[in-house]
Amino acid sequence: MKGTITTLLGPSGSGKTTLLRIVAGLDSPTRGNVFFKNSMITNNTLNVLRNNATMVFQKSVFFDTTVYNNVAYGLKFKEDLSRDQISNKVGEALELVRLEGYEKRRAKKLSGGEQQRVSLARALVLDREFLLLDEPTVNIDPKNVSIIEETILRVNREKNTTIILATHNMFQAEALSQNVALILEGTVKQTGTKQEIFGKSNKYMTIFARLENVFSGISKISEGYTSIIHVNANLSIEAAFNRPGKISVYVRPEDILVSTSPLKSSARNVFKGRIIGITEVGSIVRLVVDAGKKFSVQITKKSLTEMNLNVGAEVYLTFKASAVHLI
Amino acid sequence: MTNPIVDGIIQAFQLLFSLDSTVYRIVFRSLYISGLAVVMATFWSLPIAAILGLKNFRAKRLVRGTFNAFIGFPTVVLGLMLFLLFSRSGPLGTFGLLFTPLMISIGQAILITPILVSFITSAIEAIDMDLRDLAMTLGSTEIQASIAILREASGGVILAVLAAFNRAFAELGVAMMVGGNIYGRTRLLTTAIALETNRGEIAFSIALGVILLAIVYTLNIATNYLRRH
Repeated sequence: MKGTITTLLGPSGSGKTTLLRIVAGLDSPTRGNVFFKNSMITNNTLNVLRNNATMVFQKSVFFDTTVYNNVAYGLKFKEDLSRDQISNKVGEALELVRLEGYEKRRAKKLSGGEQQRVSLARALVLDREFLLLDEPTVNIDPKNVSIIEETILRVNREKNTTIILATHNMFQAEALSQNVALILEGTVKQTGTKQEIFGKSNKYMTIFARLENVFSGISKISEGYTSIIHVNANLSIEAAFNRPGKISVYVRPEDILVSTSPLKSSARNVFKGRIIGITEVGSIVRLVVDAGKKFSVQITKKSLTEMNLNVGAEVYLTFKASAVHLI
Repeated sequence: MTNPIVDGIIQAFQLLFSLDSTVYRIVFRSLYISGLAVVMATFWSLPIAAILGLKNFRAKRLVRGTFNAFIGFPTVVLGLMLFLLFSRSGPLGTFGLLFTPLMISIGQAILITPILVSFITSAIEAIDMDLRDLAMTLGSTEIQASIAILREASGGVILAVLAAFNRAFAELGVAMMVGGNIYGRTRLLTTAIALETNRGEIAFSIALGVILLAIVYTLNIATNYLRRH
């Protein structure tokens, strides 16, 4: 696996960040052990991970100072580096992310995409064996996305850096990585080469097809910069991201509200449907509602009793555009 | 018949601009004593605030709440407590500190500790704690990461120090009770104003009052300026 790019692919909330933070030595696992080159990592040896890997966070954070000082921060902990050597390294790292001449700018004043590139440079300057990237291109514009993707590929090729990239974007996984690990609800469901995962049998889609509340359709960008996904003639789902074209989305059963009359709220998705199945699991009840497509909804037993819901009852489903996750 | 207040103000400005040495000695003594108080209080408040702002422990809320509650501690009560502790027959009487300038500094330092601890803790808590993770993933130790956070909070620390100086400089109770308002030794701006007003020296009081206000006002402007930038 040395010198390869591996993606952790899964919807948001599936545990990608947690896994990366454990590998980065920032958190300890609640169960199980971490092994690094055949030796077990304990709470006292987290430094081994921290000294061999560095991480770029999804949300960039900066020291309130210049781009130069931010990128140079990690170099201060390396011994025997002269001022000139530090300055050269910072210059090279900024060149990699195509931000030459940005040294004196205030990091916090840059645009989101530029900030993420500075974050990447700040990690690259350390020349670590492992580079961990947590959704490095989420919420930034296409131009910055392509610069970041090019940089990732170039660093992997030229410096043989082993990269682990967390993403929910299957196209990015396909474009950048040799190996893919599918993560869902806190567990790695499947690992394999890119060909195995996205090839003929397409394990990725098979796994997601087993999930509830997965909807596929053609997405169009609305005037409000959300995506409207046309699932069928009766069902269009609005999502708080903008990606046009054929996509699949996922809504968690616990993110959907059930009501007997239409709710007036800020939530962008309200659908009328009919209950076609009720399953009780302890204090939790799973409803299957037909609202143009089958939705799984999770409510408490108490709600079921209080709302007096039965199979065949007419209900309204409400969920926010931001509860719609791209897969 | 002239108005004593107008008279007082005129005389006050005469005193101010004649560079009366008694007045200026009092001003410099006040600045020195409160300055020393701030240095002492910052010395122990900074580590306390760092622990409160960066660490999580069970009694944290209780400790923070206590410091918050003591921000408005009545100065006279603190003065009385210190007086009893440090008087000849008190438990700390052997130090012979009562009615010395150092005693006033110590009293003021205790008075402003809650302000410093609370404000600096808030400043540290306002810093994005993701920075700590960032520092560690870039190779810093936990202590170095904490120092990085403290450095990010330095603006808030300066604000806290200014506010604390303001409180020490303008307070009367502690200076009066443990300083004794001794002429040429422990007489400060606030204690002098109290005394001279009682003695009917309105002009002198007003002159000192104007100086006190000017310094406090300047500090407040400086604080607000820093807060905006």
